[in-house]
Amino acid sequence: MENTTKRYWRGIEELTNDAEFVKYADREFGDAPSADEKEGAIFDGTGSHRRDFLKVLGFGMSAVALAACEAPVKNTIPYLNKPEDVEPTIANWYASTFVDGGEYASILVKTREGRPIKIEGNKASSVSKGALSARAQASVLSLYDNEKLKGPQIAGKAADWASIDKEIISGLAKGGQIRIVTNSILSPTTKKVIGDFIAKYPTTKVVTYDANSLSGLVAANGVLPSFDFSKAKTIVSLGADFLGTWISPSEFAAQWAKTRRVSSAKDGNKEMSRHYQFETIMSNTGANADYRATYKPSQEGLVATALYNAVAAKVGAPTLSTSAVKVEYLEKAAADLVASKGASIVVSGSNDASVQAVVAAINGLVGAYGTTIDLGTPANYRQGSDAEMNQFINEAKSGAIAAVIFYNANPVYNHPRGAELAEALPKIALTIATNDRADETASLVKYNTPDSHFLESWNDAEPKKGFFSLTQPTISTIFKTRQIQSSLLTWAGLNADYAAYLESNWTSNILKAGKVQWSQVLHDGVYEFGSTASAAAPAVNLADATAAISKNYKAASDKLELAVYEKVSMGTGSQANNPWLQELPEPVSKACWTNYLAVSQKTAAELKLEQDKEAELTIGGKSIKLPVLVQPGQANGTIAVAIGYGRTKAGKSADGVGANAYPFISTVNGTLAFFNTGDVAIKATGEEVKIAQTQTHNTVMAREAVVQETVLSEYKKNVEAGRFKPEILTAEGKKTATDISLWNGHKYNNHAWGMVIDLNTCTGCSACVVSCSAENNVPVVGRQEVINRREMHWMRIDRYYSSDADVEDLKGLEVASENPEVVFQPMLCQHCNNAPCETVCPVLATTHSTEGLNQMTYNRCIGTRYCANNCPYKVRRFNWFRYFQTDDFDFHLNNDLGRMVLNPDVTVRSRGVMEKCSMCVQRIQAGKLEAKKEKRRPKDGEIQVACAQSCPTNAITFGDMNDPESEISQVLAAEKTGRSFGVIEEINVKPNISYLVKVRNKEREGKKAEGEAKEHA
Amino acid sequence: MKRLKIVALTMLLGMFASVVRVNAQDVAEGEQIFKNNCAACHNTSAEPLVGPGLQGVGQRRPLDWIVKWVHNPQAVIASGDKYANDLYNKFGKAQMTAYPNYSEAQIKSILAYIDAQNAAPAAPAAGVAPAAGAAAPAAESNGGMLQYILIALLGVMVLVLVALLSIVTTLSKLASVSAEEAESIPLLQRIAENGKKLAANNAFKTGAALLITLLIGKATIDAAYGVGIHQGYAPEQPIHFSHKLHAGDYQINCGYCHTGVYKGKGANVPSPNICMNCHNTIKRESPEIQKIYRAIEKDEPIQWIRVHNLPDLAYFNHAQHTNVAGLECQNCHGEIQKMEVVEQRSTLTMGWCIDCHRKTDVNTKGNAYYDKLVEIHNKENKEPLKVANIGGLECSKCHY
Repeated sequence: MENTTKRYWRGIEELTNDAEFVKYADREFGDAPSADEKEGAIFDGTGSHRRDFLKVLGFGMSAVALAACEAPVKNTIPYLNKPEDVEPTIANWYASTFVDGGEYASILVKTREGRPIKIEGNKASSVSKGALSARAQASVLSLYDNEKLKGPQIAGKAADWASIDKEIISGLAKGGQIRIVTNSILSPTTKKVIGDFIAKYPTTKVVTYDANSLSGLVAANGVLPSFDFSKAKTIVSLGADFLGTWISPSEFAAQWAKTRRVSSAKDGNKEMSRHYQFETIMSNTGANADYRATYKPSQEGLVATALYNAVAAKVGAPTLSTSAVKVEYLEKAAADLVASKGASIVVSGSNDASVQAVVAAINGLVGAYGTTIDLGTPANYRQGSDAEMNQFINEAKSGAIAAVIFYNANPVYNHPRGAELAEALPKIALTIATNDRADETASLVKYNTPDSHFLESWNDAEPKKGFFSLTQPTISTIFKTRQIQSSLLTWAGLNADYAAYLESNWTSNILKAGKVQWSQVLHDGVYEFGSTASAAAPAVNLADATAAISKNYKAASDKLELAVYEKVSMGTGSQANNPWLQELPEPVSKACWTNYLAVSQKTAAELKLEQDKEAELTIGGKSIKLPVLVQPGQANGTIAVAIGYGRTKAGKSADGVGANAYPFISTVNGTLAFFNTGDVAIKATGEEVKIAQTQTHNTVMAREAVVQETVLSEYKKNVEAGRFKPEILTAEGKKTATDISLWNGHKYNNHAWGMVIDLNTCTGCSACVVSCSAENNVPVVGRQEVINRREMHWMRIDRYYSSDADVEDLKGLEVASENPEVVFQPMLCQHCNNAPCETVCPVLATTHSTEGLNQMTYNRCIGTRYCANNCPYKVRRFNWFRYFQTDDFDFHLNNDLGRMVLNPDVTVRSRGVMEKCSMCVQRIQAGKLEAKKEKRRPKDGEIQVACAQSCPTNAITFGDMNDPESEISQVLAAEKTGRSFGVIEEINVKPNISYLVKVRNKEREGKKAEGEAKEHA
Repeated sequence: MKRLKIVALTMLLGMFASVVRVNAQDVAEGEQIFKNNCAACHNTSAEPLVGPGLQGVGQRRPLDWIVKWVHNPQAVIASGDKYANDLYNKFGKAQMTAYPNYSEAQIKSILAYIDAQNAAPAAPAAGVAPAAGAAAPAAESNGGMLQYILIALLGVMVLVLVALLSIVTTLSKLASVSAEEAESIPLLQRIAENGKKLAANNAFKTGAALLITLLIGKATIDAAYGVGIHQGYAPEQPIHFSHKLHAGDYQINCGYCHTGVYKGKGANVPSPNICMNCHNTIKRESPEIQKIYRAIEKDEPIQWIRVHNLPDLAYFNHAQHTNVAGLECQNCHGEIQKMEVVEQRSTLTMGWCIDCHRKTDVNTKGNAYYDKLVEIHNKENKEPLKVANIGGLECSKCHY
């Protein structure tokens, strides 16, 4: 300091020699708070008098001594009248159906002692084929949500059903226009109930809308078509995130994966579909595409016409006269579509009927109808009509409506005109909501008649014409709720027993058979007779469509535009108060616990936006503040924001998380458009708001040892293409890393459990992550703890972007490409045979089993965390807190109701111990016991781990590698000299989990080749 | 009771040797089925229990009627069958549980068992009686042997005492010469002086201190090891249910009430509806059984006190041990059939589990699951396959 002329002050106080400053100048932490000042100071050690210390010590010792004297008496309470089919400690499974809005899955529900604890896919269904999304997996936790309505309410005050029914019936009897506002209803019997209600109150009209509306698609095709990606050789998607959020993603992912599975066996399949994705945001589907290019939302319609023209030119059909739009790979896509005519499919995520009409026309040109698209089997996933909903809001505003029933619909939150509706609601005399909680809409109505959770209900569903499934209760109602069907029947003056109603409707109208068949269907969960597939293409008026497109879209725009999208984890936000979903990282951005303003790197630089810094987005007077996330691969000049967040009355886990993007949805061509091309303004506020991201190292960084990939043409030449085989220089020359080991290895006489993960079919959908959490009692830690990098997921999906930089340019490698290739890699404990964690544990809490498992013994662990430090895969998780008992972790699992979801076969870990994937050892043990009881070996596939079971694309194969007949043995036999590799092979930890090289169906990569392709396009 | 059973069994065996027409295996199978399912309500004699005594039932009714009845008694009653309806009315309209899964052959084996039971006392016993007599002491050999050993020990001790006394007398006689000199000092003083000398001895002091420290240390460690071990825990239960009566005297199979014991993780404390299978007719007036009635009337479950508590971190599955390993319940629970009040007999510590897993042979017989394991094991070992050899000591067999 003496030698410098500059002086630095710590603050203005130092400069002025402020008295307070001088006093504390040499005390870094100021005064220690006194014991009186802070309650409980004694216990946290911030200040304690000697006497207090002795008191506490004395009390503590006597408490311990007393506690040691007598063990607490535990009761064991049997059923009073044990149901014949319930055996405590033995799980019962029931077939049922998951429906949330238009989302559908046929499911199997595992119940223990009468409470549902896990949901798995029902393979008997030929619609969902056992596939289950992360949201369906998580729905079991929503059942135990303590913040749902606990019974009927009149004007916010608890009431009984009898009096509420009386008031509602007298209200309905007054006449006037009655509306039932609902999302898509898949249940034919519910529709019949509504029919009965309408018969009683003829002025009733049903208004169906969907938060993620597809009314444009339905309008263009007449019906919602059935898609079959499994028959496609060329798949082109214009902004449809069909692997993540569009219509029925799990179903589509399973079909898509069928076309992507290759085998290195001699006669194995070496053909793959080619998938083009043109989109604005970097969607989950885009991340899996072979070729991907971006456009701005304002170009969407013209991209469709451009593709139409390119295809039409090749097949000799007349082209449309619209302005040309320049999008990479569009020509190439058209060429492939035509080349694979009859096995091509084009889908569009647009909700604009004119765009969908053009897409339908392209599908007609490439022969998609009758092969990949079927209009003869219409789907019912989306029945909403934007026009009907708009009309309803207008009527409500004009005061023309006397009564409204919100059937599990929350338009105040999830409709762009929600605020208008909220203002109009007081004009409606009788307002009823059946929503499960007093949410944004239900809190504004007079009568809350909460519907039961689907796991507590009887119902049915018809996802596609001719494909039926049943929902049966797996637990009696937890709160005093009543199924909406019973409510409607009561109000219509009919017998309210919906179970009987359902059965009689089925036996007389659907099954047309007796009790025996009914029981059988109830057991199977599904009843399918299908419908006749149709090769007919819809009649579209291309001229009108072209005109509308020319009017509504622009070939080029310099303006900033907003894209509104759905997140894989959150969807429309109906399950926002589900902590499992809140903490589920979005497949591509890896962000959880919020939505954000996503911008491309270039746009971020131009707009001076920074990651984790808040910005304010303003369009047409409405504004929201959200942190910025830099998203490689997003279209430049666009901002993307997800719906499903910004709930205000959903519950503790959802309220105030993120911001509501629904109000920004615009209307184009009469339907909701999930973008906004108005005057989009964005301004950094300067606040730092960290986004909870589970993976921040974004790129592959030339880590050949971690993710290995190749392209199809090379793979066809050499099945080991893309394999990285590290070699180590020894005294005897170069050796492959796997040949050198310090260890003697293990001998597995009995089973050798292992797993193969096919990077080629993993879409990153994250269903496995939720399934794992549900099966293994994995705690939810909340936003701040995720930021602190203490998330507890045993299974994570690593996402890597490619980079354009040279291998030598380490700094440059950190920056993802403008339009990066993406690899998803599920990462979990690799159950190494030479496990580095096992050798460093000072208390032998982690050891190797004779079946190849790396075992973690919680009660032996003392929490040194050496194992985590020594784990090359970073899959070990440390319990920093008692997540299941502490109110700081208020995520359903700290109360008795929420804890009902816990799997009783898996220990709930306490603070201070390490945990990690156990390869679902409880399932292995249970499966082995079942086999032993029947005096046989376990059959392959009988024992399934939670992640493999839940994978919609069967990317994960689990099994006994000692059983030569098992699927895993056969895959490994075929891929041993093929695509199979162990992550970070050079350290030779010999993992029991193998990965299969990702193969992209594209021309040889490399900048030069790509550059040429760009010029060509 | 046990003795009787053995006599009966031995006699049965003798009988089967002459009467070969009845297949011994049938009877054995029949016995098992009968004891697991029928014994709670039926006697093999003519004496009625909850339901009629079954002596001669095979002669009373035609076989196809019996089969129909066992498969679905309700249907037989509903069909208007007179015999069935009379029976139903006679036994207070208590309906028999249906057993639709038993084959005709299995039902025949039950009948064979009933016949064998009734034929037993009438069988010519001449050659059999001595054999039965020989078998009985063998059966009680455990208890008998212990008694003999104790008596022998007592005898040895008496002998030792006598020998010691004689030695003491001889020695004192020898010592009396020098003792005369010290006669002047009173005995007490002598002892006190010796005591002082001893107390002043450093080696003695150190030794004593060490001994006391060791004793206290041992006591502390023993006590510490005992923390959380509730061996001998026998709390008073809300209902004075006697296992001695039910499992011991009446020989009701454990699985009849503990429904999960062969199937799943938990053995399950029976729910009152299982008690009512019998007690809706038997001893209804007993004050203890009235407690069950009250619980049902009030719709309040009975809060039994849990005797055997494993910590949550340990996973124990009954089926693995009872069904797969074929262990008797007594193995861990002690002689439950003799307990008026259930008591925790084993320590239920991890050491106790591990110890058993080290010593116990795997029950591999007839279980294809183990075939390959046994083959591999026998190639390298002469000892039979122990639980420890197939991972029975591994952490995640019980902790997950």
